[in-house]
Amino acid sequence: MDDVRDGSRTKAEWLAGAYSWQNTRDADFTSVSSAEVEPIYDPGDRVGHDYHRELGYPGEYPYTRGVHPTMYRGHLWTMRQFAGFGGAEDTNGRFRFLLDQGQTGLSLALDLPTLMGRDSDDPRSEGEVGRCGVAMDSVLDMERVFEGIPLDQVTVSMTTNAPATILLAFYLVAAERQGVKHDQVGGTIQNDILKEYIAQNTYIFPPEPSLRLITDIFAFCGEHVPQWNTISISGYHIREAGATAAQELAFTLADGFAYVEAGIAAGLEVDSFAPRLSFFFNAHIDLFEEVAKFRAARRIWARHMRERYRAKDPRSWLMRFHTQTAGCSLTAQQPENNVVRTTIEALAGVLGGTQSLHTNSLDEVLSLPTERAAEIALRTQQVLAYESGVANVIDPLAGSYYVESLTDRMEAEAEEYFIKIEELGGVVAAIAKGFFQQEIADASYRYQMAVESGRKVVVGVNRFATGVRPAVETLRIDKEFEMRQVDSLRALRERRDASPVARGLEDLRAACADGTNVMPPILECTRAMCTLGEMVATMKSVFGVYQGSAVF
Amino acid sequence: MSGKIRVVIAKPGLDGHDRGAKVIARALRDAGMEVIYTGLHQTAEQIVETAIQEDADVVGLSILSGAHLTLVPKVVRILRGQGIDDIVVLAGGTIPDEDHDELKREGVAAIFTPGATTGEIIEYITSVATGSAA
Repeated sequence: MDDVRDGSRTKAEWLAGAYSWQNTRDADFTSVSSAEVEPIYDPGDRVGHDYHRELGYPGEYPYTRGVHPTMYRGHLWTMRQFAGFGGAEDTNGRFRFLLDQGQTGLSLALDLPTLMGRDSDDPRSEGEVGRCGVAMDSVLDMERVFEGIPLDQVTVSMTTNAPATILLAFYLVAAERQGVKHDQVGGTIQNDILKEYIAQNTYIFPPEPSLRLITDIFAFCGEHVPQWNTISISGYHIREAGATAAQELAFTLADGFAYVEAGIAAGLEVDSFAPRLSFFFNAHIDLFEEVAKFRAARRIWARHMRERYRAKDPRSWLMRFHTQTAGCSLTAQQPENNVVRTTIEALAGVLGGTQSLHTNSLDEVLSLPTERAAEIALRTQQVLAYESGVANVIDPLAGSYYVESLTDRMEAEAEEYFIKIEELGGVVAAIAKGFFQQEIADASYRYQMAVESGRKVVVGVNRFATGVRPAVETLRIDKEFEMRQVDSLRALRERRDASPVARGLEDLRAACADGTNVMPPILECTRAMCTLGEMVATMKSVFGVYQGSAVF
Repeated sequence: MSGKIRVVIAKPGLDGHDRGAKVIARALRDAGMEVIYTGLHQTAEQIVETAIQEDADVVGLSILSGAHLTLVPKVVRILRGQGIDDIVVLAGGTIPDEDHDELKREGVAAIFTPGATTGEIIEYITSVATGSAA
């Protein structure tokens, strides 16, 4: 046979030859993070790479291809939609609806007063009660949220950070009151204070006491709540604040390392708490960049945990993560397009091997999701899981010249950031210097300018805009609700026994001051019907409050 | 005293979403305005105090928590209560269309929601604000 291979022999030859003889569009070919990518990747980009060293098989070090051997052949990712609004009954209703529609895990959204450690009748809570999530003042609210939902049969993730100790205690006591013991409950608390100072801004106390609260949770759960993920080290919010994919990856992992170091400094054996650390990433719309990010994340974490922190238990090397599709990619204009965006992003999470997934609703730029929009978001995951075939093969994009090159590059960029952060004195010092905040503000501004110049296209906004704003049905929080919650809270304060409350708060204050684990006194306070605001005020009296900076 | 337009960008209430506020603050500064960013977790009283102290021409309230119908009118009322009616109050963030009329009745001059450009905002402020030297 004649040798019919008469084409380019190398990428360089092809780029200079056949590729260059055609015109290319006048368009932006960078990723959504504005990262340069080449027109093509080829075997030349994989020279020197070793499958076993860089990838390995799923469930085997360095876990690039997945944390479990069977991945979605064993268990599909958990469909865990974030939900919560108004009062406990409203949220309970939405939880039951989502479970009926096939959701497989719960995720609780708390309102801003609760996130910031304030009761519903705090003057600073006015107008805010029940608007971003469910209002939670005492364990009674937690009990009512889970009415009819057996806490030994479902896992629950709670997005709470500064007052995480208290929300965890509310949950454990609510479970107790259902007859479910601490060692039977499973779930997660976000409990990631470092990213609060960096991006989400629901901080209360300064860094040092906040890290102590986190390591108290590590120790307490390690002993008493073994099925609980004590932390969800998050990149989602960092990305939402405007960071690039590489920054999201690097800053999240740097925070993770800081928590490992905090645990060790608190006297804990790394293998006693590391297996229960979990992560939470954004799935933005540039699918390949996201898949590379997730794969790089697993590999980086495994390498550092094994080689730097000398964790011996392989479970300490596993980066298990939840993913949420990118809220910041959604538009108020032509909101139905958001279903398409969320689908691409969900696919990125699945191709990236996420353990659980939240898909945003189409109306979330405008308000909290309506039931119909929340249903579509869940169906999106179900179509991916059951119709598309993507769950049939583990890490299907592995071996792609592009994806592997991008995975390597993301890892290298993250490692550069780790060096920079070390030079600044570590994460806490870098936060004090405003390093992360400035990086994020800069990236966010660059992106906005790229959109306004038209270089980055947002369909329906700066291209293909119609100027039509059809009314979309949005969720409204009933104005009377706040009054009812406040009345309920006042009634609670009136009918409870005053002396266990006072005793509990004094025990809590003492533990905060003397360094003993805060969880036992917080549980005591919870059972005595202390409110969240009362416990936080007690903690503030010892720890003080954090003053954020106004870097822009 | 320069003729620069003086703008206070403020975050009322407990809301911690500051991406938009920061981008706008920087864009206004780059457009030659004097910008004071209050940082987070400001009460209405604190915002008004800053606006007065900083001799603001414009106050831009950024709010994504859904509490806008309580907190935004509060700022306007405190300003009016102090006899101040020449500071232009703007709002932005997660403010559904159906709430715009009420906010405007309360005294908000304009509302900039997702998709608005910094260019539009700069143009609007330039057209309505009087510089200090005027």
